[in-house]
Amino acid sequence: MSKVGIIGVGQSKFVRKYPGSIRELAFEGFKEAVLDAGLTVKDISASVLCSAPEYDKQRSPAAIVAEYLGLNPQPTFYVETLCSSSSTGLKLAYSLVASGVHDVVAVIGLQKMSEISSAESQERMGRGGDIQWESPFGTMMPAYYAMYAQAHMEKYGTTLEDLAAIRVKAATYGQINDRAVYRKSVTPQMFTDPDDMMSGPVASPLRVGDCCANADGASCIIVANEEKARRFSKRPIWILGIGAASASVNLTGRDLFTGLRVAEQAAKQAYAMAGVGPKDIDVAEVHDCFTIAELMAYENLGFAKPGEGKELIRSRETYKEGRIPINVDGGLLSKGHPIGATGGSQVRTIVLQLRGEAGDMQVKNPQIGLVHNIGGVGVYGNVTILGNQ
Amino acid sequence: MRKSEKQEDVRFGKFGTVSFTKTTRVNDFIDYLENGKIMASQCKTCGQIFFPPRADCCQCLSSDMQWHEVTGTGKLVSFSELKFAPIGFDNDLPYSIALLDYGDFRVFGRIDSRLDTAEVKIGMAMVTVANTLANGQRNYIFKKA
Repeated sequence: MSKVGIIGVGQSKFVRKYPGSIRELAFEGFKEAVLDAGLTVKDISASVLCSAPEYDKQRSPAAIVAEYLGLNPQPTFYVETLCSSSSTGLKLAYSLVASGVHDVVAVIGLQKMSEISSAESQERMGRGGDIQWESPFGTMMPAYYAMYAQAHMEKYGTTLEDLAAIRVKAATYGQINDRAVYRKSVTPQMFTDPDDMMSGPVASPLRVGDCCANADGASCIIVANEEKARRFSKRPIWILGIGAASASVNLTGRDLFTGLRVAEQAAKQAYAMAGVGPKDIDVAEVHDCFTIAELMAYENLGFAKPGEGKELIRSRETYKEGRIPINVDGGLLSKGHPIGATGGSQVRTIVLQLRGEAGDMQVKNPQIGLVHNIGGVGVYGNVTILGNQ
Repeated sequence: MRKSEKQEDVRFGKFGTVSFTKTTRVNDFIDYLENGKIMASQCKTCGQIFFPPRADCCQCLSSDMQWHEVTGTGKLVSFSELKFAPIGFDNDLPYSIALLDYGDFRVFGRIDSRLDTAEVKIGMAMVTVANTLANGQRNYIFKKA
């Protein structure tokens, strides 16, 4: 199959409340990506908009965003896989380019979570699972992930201190990422101080500090076929492998509660396509919507054996100087998690790393990077492997 | 009511503290629940048992289903006690959601709020029983076997 390259990346600042409309938010990520790619809007032959519709007031937001960004009359597509929408958008863009249907495609991710009131948000929060058979029991995202944490701790002896250590690592890098919503440091002591917000119970065993924050934000990734990639970009980053899987929404359809099958399956596909293994990955972005999610990702991606994810964080191997640096941009835990923009933001971080342009967050000379982006509680799994050769 | 207007079957609106959908082709589940029975569905063609119950079999594409009662004990797979709740569930706090494994199928629901959290252990045997909520709605809960 022909090569597909990433030639431009962009991301708005992730903030609690964006003081503008969704089209203006989209513009912030888009402009940076277009300037980064060194092309003009007319060079883009199609766009893909990625967001989770429950936060959008605008119906069919792809059209309004395409209009505002000057992307008419090119076709535009709207895709949604909850928190992994922009990774799914990237897979669609990859397919459009690899098939020869389009030559340059912009993947625009966005979420203005503050578009709806906190009461509306709290109502939607209850409809994250199967609304017929689960939601009537009073479910919410943290509680589902908490069930995975409970099972992982029971089976493997993972501790609350291990989970806190993941948040501490995230904050280490959130402090040096000027696009992150949470810029403060976090210490392990905050999780044991009953007066500290971080220690507040949410859904046992998860605490406030184990959960990422809502945010408003946008991202943009521009992909191109090999010819265009080499023409526009001095240093295209190539998509070496791209895997995706889905699983039952209702937990009754799951057979594993100490990891996410969709992540294992997507990783297997991506590694096979790229012809590499976990040991070849120099830097990774994983979907740490909750601390336990990062720990399970270590195992599901093959960086650690099942049950041994805790050893990676205890030995600080996932810090910038470690064997496999993970989320050295602060992750979702510090950057914030504007649903539809998250995957694109993760891809941007890895592209900057592979170009050697990640500033204070730069890992030493990485060649191959990986992005793990999950939609829902392991409903949609996406793993993308990128390389600078 | 005009003769041509049929009464809509909205029995499923009685399911859970807050129900989010009122119509389903497995509405008889509610009648069984009101009579103290928790029912799965079973495909008459291939024999597959489904919980939650379905009107259609995704294995053989048959819609010829029969009811199959959930009996005996299941093993607690995992659980979580919520300290925050979505809108409409505040009065139930704190409560624990959980999953039981019955071997052929699994059941997602809530743990009996009268059970002390300290007694809840992954792997313990539990039973699924019909329950009436304070607001008159119906659900089912897991009790220690």
